[in-house]
Amino acid sequence: MKILVAVKRVIDYNVQIRVKEDGSGVVTDNVKMSTNPPDDNAIEEAVKIKEAGKAKEIVAITIGEEKAQETVRKALAVGADRGIHVKVDNVIEPLAVSKILKKIVEKENPDLVFMGKQAIDDDCNQTGQMLAALLNWPQATFASKIEVKDNSLEVTREIDEGLETIEVNVPAIVTCDLRLNEPRYASLPNIMKAKKKPIEQINASDLGVDINPRIEQIKVEEPPKRKAGIKVASVEELVQKLKNEAKVI
Amino acid sequence: MSVLLIAEHNNKEVRPFTYNAITAASQINEDLHVLVLGHQADDVAKSLSEVPNVKKVIHVDNEIYENYIAENYTAAIIKHAESYSHIVSSANTFGKNLMPRIAALLDTSQVSDIIKVISEDTFLRPIYAGNAFATVKSNDKKKCVTIRPTSFDPADKSGGSAEITKSDPAEASSSTKFLKKEEVKSDRPELGTARIVISGGRGMQNGENFKLISDIADKLNAAIGASRAAVDAGYITNDHQVGQTGKVVVPDLYIAVGISGAIQHLAGMKESKVIVAINKDGEAPIFSVADYGLEADLFEALPQFLSELNKLNTIQK
Repeated sequence: MKILVAVKRVIDYNVQIRVKEDGSGVVTDNVKMSTNPPDDNAIEEAVKIKEAGKAKEIVAITIGEEKAQETVRKALAVGADRGIHVKVDNVIEPLAVSKILKKIVEKENPDLVFMGKQAIDDDCNQTGQMLAALLNWPQATFASKIEVKDNSLEVTREIDEGLETIEVNVPAIVTCDLRLNEPRYASLPNIMKAKKKPIEQINASDLGVDINPRIEQIKVEEPPKRKAGIKVASVEELVQKLKNEAKVI
Repeated sequence: MSVLLIAEHNNKEVRPFTYNAITAASQINEDLHVLVLGHQADDVAKSLSEVPNVKKVIHVDNEIYENYIAENYTAAIIKHAESYSHIVSSANTFGKNLMPRIAALLDTSQVSDIIKVISEDTFLRPIYAGNAFATVKSNDKKKCVTIRPTSFDPADKSGGSAEITKSDPAEASSSTKFLKKEEVKSDRPELGTARIVISGGRGMQNGENFKLISDIADKLNAAIGASRAAVDAGYITNDHQVGQTGKVVVPDLYIAVGISGAIQHLAGMKESKVIVAINKDGEAPIFSVADYGLEADLFEALPQFLSELNKLNTIQK
């Protein structure tokens, strides 16, 4: 089997983001960037499947500006075999991303496409499902366990009520939950080796898909701030405050 | 201009967030129709026809809709999409799984997880785990929107009498099979809609210690939540997780115990009306959003909390 894994470069999850004063977005200059956390789980799972002898090749793909390559390089360092970087200059919407991925899937013919269930920047949670729709492939979203069968996957999904298990025939799209596995760190020798692995560069404009935005971002603002609270000295005081001041119990 | 809302239900009852989504959907446009895809879900269709905000219920009954197979749902929804300007659902795991599949086939850029309807095409939605709010305008002809249920009040459930029309199923997918669902049954209120939520984090140290939390939850008729750290450590099951990648809750009272307050956890609870934090680390970020902070060892504070609650003559339920 061949697995294509899509990774996205986002503001690091530990960074307290700042909204730009002109309301045009959030500050990204001189801010630490990393791979979208559940995308790390997607790579890890692909590597585990390959280590178990059930996959032959892992291709990591990212779509973004020049620096987005770092995320592919990181994927190569933990076990992906080669990379693809589709260059776009601006931020594009999940629909456009899935159209680009569809073109790459048609070229690469993977059996599986993995990616994180959601990017922690726009919090859209759309790309995997959209790609599945465009390819008319089955989708297994929010995966916390994947079992590879002969020509199908048994996937346990995290849903509001608990867990759901479905079986999807290959080829399929899987979007990964943070609980799927524990992503490994790249060792120094593997980081060095990854530098020699190939990354193919493709210009999005050469793919012949419409990636123009359909959604206008009118403004970005800070959410309303909570007013400062107080520290209470004892449990007794806390209960009295909840009862008599906040009137919630 | 009409809106089609996809109902979430278990074939017997409407799932509660559907009512919150109805409120938002009818703010987009009053001509709101609800699509019920289910198996022997007549009671669901009937309940929804009694919601005053609902103008019409379309009911498709077939065993292929017994479970939420996104592929099967999508095929049926696409059949009806033609007549509607907006397709909407709640932004929980049901709608998140389903809506993008529909949107892609309609060649529409979906607007996810809205918290406010500004106009028929303009919405407010949180980004970066709720650390910024974006006002976005959809320029697609047909719009696909998911609604953060906790940002809208549930619609009135009775008094209406919408027409119910039956419709034929679409083709079923042969490549996806439902195997099983492990639902966690509980007598407590649902986490997403509970008036009071008490959550534990890594500070609980193990699963047994969650008994300290459940005792208080019983007393307050509260739902039990948890941080991702507590779920990952195996203290409690995943359906309790509150946060950016878990559930978003907006209770009247949220009590965070032994939770440090990572950005990802705050994303799921910081809109709560009153927040209490109990943590022994006075510098923990959770205190920055807490209305009432108690710097204390939770293993001493929780039993005391329970005994203080026991002393009260009345407790709001």
